Amino acid sequence: MPETQHPPAETPISGQDYLAVQASPEFQELRNRLRRFVFPMSGLFLVWYFAYVLLGAFAHDFMAIKVWGNINVGLLIGLGQFVSTFVITGIYVLFANRELDPRAEAIRAELEGGAA
Amino acid sequence: MTVDVLAADTTIGNPIANIGIFALFVAITLYIVIRASKKNTTAAEFFTAGRAFTGPQNGIAISGDYLSAASFLGIAGAIAVYGYDGFLYSIGFLVAWLVALLLVAELLRNAGKFTMADVLSFRLKQRPVRIAAATTTLAVCLFYLLAQMAGAGGLVALLLNVKGAVGQAVVIAVVGVLMIVYVLVGGMKGTTWVQIIKAALLIGGAALMTVMVLAKFGVNFSEMLGAAQSAVSGSADKAVAKRDVLAPGAQYGASLTSQINFISLALALVLGTAGLPHVLMRFYTVPTAKEARRSVVWAIALIGAFYLFTLALGYGAAALVGPDTILAAPGAQNSAAPLLAFELGGVVLLGVISAVAFATILAVVAGLTITAATSFAHDIYASVLKSHQVTEDEQVRVSRITVVVLGIFAIALGILASGQNIAFLVALAFAVAAAANLPTILYSLYWSRFNTRGALWSMYGGLVSTIVLIVFSPAVSGAKTAMLPHADFAWFPLANPGIVSIPLAFILGIVGTLTSADRGDPEINAEFEVRALTGVGAEKAVAAH
Repeated sequence: MPETQHPPAETPISGQDYLAVQASPEFQELRNRLRRFVFPMSGLFLVWYFAYVLLGAFAHDFMAIKVWGNINVGLLIGLGQFVSTFVITGIYVLFANRELDPRAEAIRAELEGGAA
Repeated sequence: MTVDVLAADTTIGNPIANIGIFALFVAITLYIVIRASKKNTTAAEFFTAGRAFTGPQNGIAISGDYLSAASFLGIAGAIAVYGYDGFLYSIGFLVAWLVALLLVAELLRNAGKFTMADVLSFRLKQRPVRIAAATTTLAVCLFYLLAQMAGAGGLVALLLNVKGAVGQAVVIAVVGVLMIVYVLVGGMKGTTWVQIIKAALLIGGAALMTVMVLAKFGVNFSEMLGAAQSAVSGSADKAVAKRDVLAPGAQYGASLTSQINFISLALALVLGTAGLPHVLMRFYTVPTAKEARRSVVWAIALIGAFYLFTLALGYGAAALVGPDTILAAPGAQNSAAPLLAFELGGVVLLGVISAVAFATILAVVAGLTITAATSFAHDIYASVLKSHQVTEDEQVRVSRITVVVLGIFAIALGILASGQNIAFLVALAFAVAAAANLPTILYSLYWSRFNTRGALWSMYGGLVSTIVLIVFSPAVSGAKTAMLPHADFAWFPLANPGIVSIPLAFILGIVGTLTSADRGDPEINAEFEVRALTGVGAEKAVAAH
């Protein structure tokens, strides 16, 4: 076992306990919910970011189309990256507070309480 | 205003005022650092500030760590001179935080103690993985440190009117010594407070200037853009005058190579942030994973706001100061923000912005140094050289010595590297972080089959390929803007190697893992996953006194 992470007083939970928790439906539910949120969301913002980067690199004329005054498509899509970053951050925080934290908290309480 | 007013041999503002305001910043932060240091006795106190910072405090400190002088002066300057292409930079720096938020911050906080290597070595083999992680950590810190110290020299010339080599060397040495004092006395807690104060000044200063510059154009952003474009079109330099600063392409659009180079840079920026060791280490200064999440949310809000300000400042500088004046000033495009400050608020505002720029270098260098010293003391000295037979007090002692050695090293490098092209050094640090650190972090958090060979191949492969490609790129030789303009041994066409080295490191992690029969210990794998996702057994905050 990696000794630096394990001060001796804090290891009352055995490897078998961890295996059992990992296999439990509660833990699997937490794991699946986390993965089913963060992987697609990461894919989404990366695709949107690289679409923007490719437009910036190759579609200069499209980005230069004026929409309103001197504000052009490029500026709007660029500011759209700010907006999407803020929105995804907000959605994730709501999701994590509602879906992840209570589940993680319940598993932690059971493991630490049960072993002590 | 004409070009001659600010020719290279004059200075702007009043150097005495600039130094005076900076000295005031130093006095206030030193006082706070000394007060904060009273409890710096244990390793957890020294390395992680007792894990007692709140999410918002840590988020402000993260933005302080992240918004280096290169961001502030560099991006505002790039927007002033190249327009839209400078803006592209800042978007990569911001979107990158979603990787940290969604994939890295919370699990890392739950599973680790002081350094990135703690997380990686939890279920992989201690010795080789710690050595590899410490190597990549030190490499990223070194390149980043070099960029900051090299930038300090130019800033001195611009703001303090110190132009002789000896005078600049003295100022760099003073900055370095101050940094050593902050870190030695204050540890992580003192360093964090320096970041917090600096971030507040930097973001506050940028916000104030944004309001002032927008007011000049009747709060009409479109009108300011028009004025910026007219100022650029009126440039005496024909190459500058024909730029369309409102659309992409002025800096990167010239050829297919430069377009691919830009995509490569964008990849390194978006994937590099969540692999920067001094950012990762900040997640250990808060008590729980939930606070780590709150820190990233605060960091995203502040960093996003700041980059929106730089957009206004860059175009504002182009419109009000003009590209010819900016390019003729000492420090060239880096002087756009200080020149705009002088234009808007005279000597006082320039003094404040100059002091903030110095404080920025000081704070970022301090954050990098404590990260590198922690990694050396905890991963190499304690875990590898001494096989864990050292107390944590001993680790703190070793890291203090490392801080002094690194500080002296940074001063020497800063003096030698003064005037080097700093943008490429920052890009290099991000490319190494994205290639050498991020793949291994993601695999160890999300892929239970991942093993030691995969980690070593990915980390060393990412590190070596990035450095080799950059050495043989036009950034180092074979171009007029290269580090060695008179030599030519370049065969790799891109100055940014990320588009090759980052996918390579991800693939090496998979190939290395699958070619090794090592599947790890199922009990330890289970323990790691349960701990990372639920926070069971996570390092607690040190109890308040």
